[in-house]
Amino acid sequence: MSLRSSHQFSTSPTLKPGLADPIFDAQSVFRAALSANAYPGRRVSIDRALDAPQPLATSTAMLCLSLMDLETPVWLDRQTAAGDVPQWLRFHCGAPLVERAVGARFAIITDTGALPHLNEFYAGEIQYPDRSATLIVQVPSLTEGPTSVWTGPGIRDSASVRISGLPSWFWSDWDVNADHYPLGIDVFFTSGNALVGLPRTIKVEA
Amino acid sequence: MSTNSNNEQSGHNEGYNFAYLDEQTKRMIRRSLLKALSIPGYQVPFGSREMPLPYGWGTGGIQVTASVIGPKDRLKVIDQGADDTTNAVSIRRFFQMVADVATTEKVLEASIIQTRHRIPETPLNEGQIIVYQVPTPDPLSKIDPRESETRKMHAYAEYGVMQLTLYEDIARFGHIAKTYDYPVLVNGRHLMSPSPIPKFDNPKMQDNPAIQLYGAGREKRIYAIPPYTTVKSLDFDDHPFSMQSWSGCCSLCGSTTSYLDEVITDDSGGRIFVCSDTDYCNDRQAQLLCDEHSEVQT
Ligand SMILES: [Zn+2]
Repeated sequence: MSLRSSHQFSTSPTLKPGLADPIFDAQSVFRAALSANAYPGRRVSIDRALDAPQPLATSTAMLCLSLMDLETPVWLDRQTAAGDVPQWLRFHCGAPLVERAVGARFAIITDTGALPHLNEFYAGEIQYPDRSATLIVQVPSLTEGPTSVWTGPGIRDSASVRISGLPSWFWSDWDVNADHYPLGIDVFFTSGNALVGLPRTIKVEA
Repeated sequence: MSTNSNNEQSGHNEGYNFAYLDEQTKRMIRRSLLKALSIPGYQVPFGSREMPLPYGWGTGGIQVTASVIGPKDRLKVIDQGADDTTNAVSIRRFFQMVADVATTEKVLEASIIQTRHRIPETPLNEGQIIVYQVPTPDPLSKIDPRESETRKMHAYAEYGVMQLTLYEDIARFGHIAKTYDYPVLVNGRHLMSPSPIPKFDNPKMQDNPAIQLYGAGREKRIYAIPPYTTVKSLDFDDHPFSMQSWSGCCSLCGSTTSYLDEVITDDSGGRIFVCSDTDYCNDRQAQLLCDEHSEVQT
């Protein structure tokens, strides 16, 4: 597949680039995502550089380029869809964009004030709970903001996690998500070049 | 599979994709691995690819390792506890050829350990990844070979029939006869095959600080146990789970806590017991020599 190398077909002169090193950048970003999902609540940094399109943080854009392709329908919130991101995603990932949140395997949220309720995303099927959506929720900070206490697989004892910018209802929605286990969505929070994983198994006291 | 798109930036053998798999296949497997960690013990179906090794040689584990591995990794491969068996050597050579990756026999030096039939005796650390080669991923497949039926059982946690099978053993033999591939319940929810490791190794999966990934190539499933996760071997109140144990110790290193293999030493039936984990045993022998040496000096 040569989607990434055919820059001459770019339809916009301002389109931001993809991964500088498609093979090793993607591998490195995946390992960060794997660590984040295996050790929920820990801030994992991505040590690769990228000139990301507005309004995406480096880590958000890196996750997109490393995990999405033509097999993963993607939903964008209004703020993300407004700029160059749709074109950038189609060009570099070949990912189909969907209008309705429920049809997405990945959802990108950069305006947490307008985050849809979590039950609007696909939670998977009882025989195939792996088909559920993964949300990439970009937040202002992963070191400031209200403290929540996380427990569950991947966490020894408990983890104190600070995330800013989440709507007040977020954690009560999360409780409902956990109640439907093994169905449920999974989340990556992103900010700057860092990410924090929140798989559906995690119980949170906010 | 296309093998003609070389990666100019890496130093590995030209003519292969890095780590053999194409990027789209790796992405698909990577997404499956992330979902597998989100649902501990649940079998994620994946689009298993043809590999240049036959089924039964760890093609599932190889695809998982190939999707995870990068230039900074150091790989250890073991088969039955040993680094020098044919299967382990083949897989290690494969990754040296297609990924130009550093290898080791030392558990604590490895960032990725691919294994068949054992979990190392040396405890793993946070950040390490252990990849299990799995021939039969679904413990329920012996009860019903139809995936459509076993998926329903997993969906509703209908595991009574599995308990019943084990209990039939107790009725017949007075104990549970299964000594390897002994089924476990992960995170209190999903019944899982630990792969054909001896049940001696089952307790090592519980609350392990490392990331445990499982790949079944022929059956096209991936599953995982996150670090610090509950992994309970199935048992009964009146017949609690018990590990194998030996009355003696390893003839080479004297270990009384490791899994021992019986080795025939001569034609007249002489036999000894030695550690199945050769790296662990070698380390202990070296340590013993060291201790003797320093005793002589003082
Ligand atoms: Zn020994």
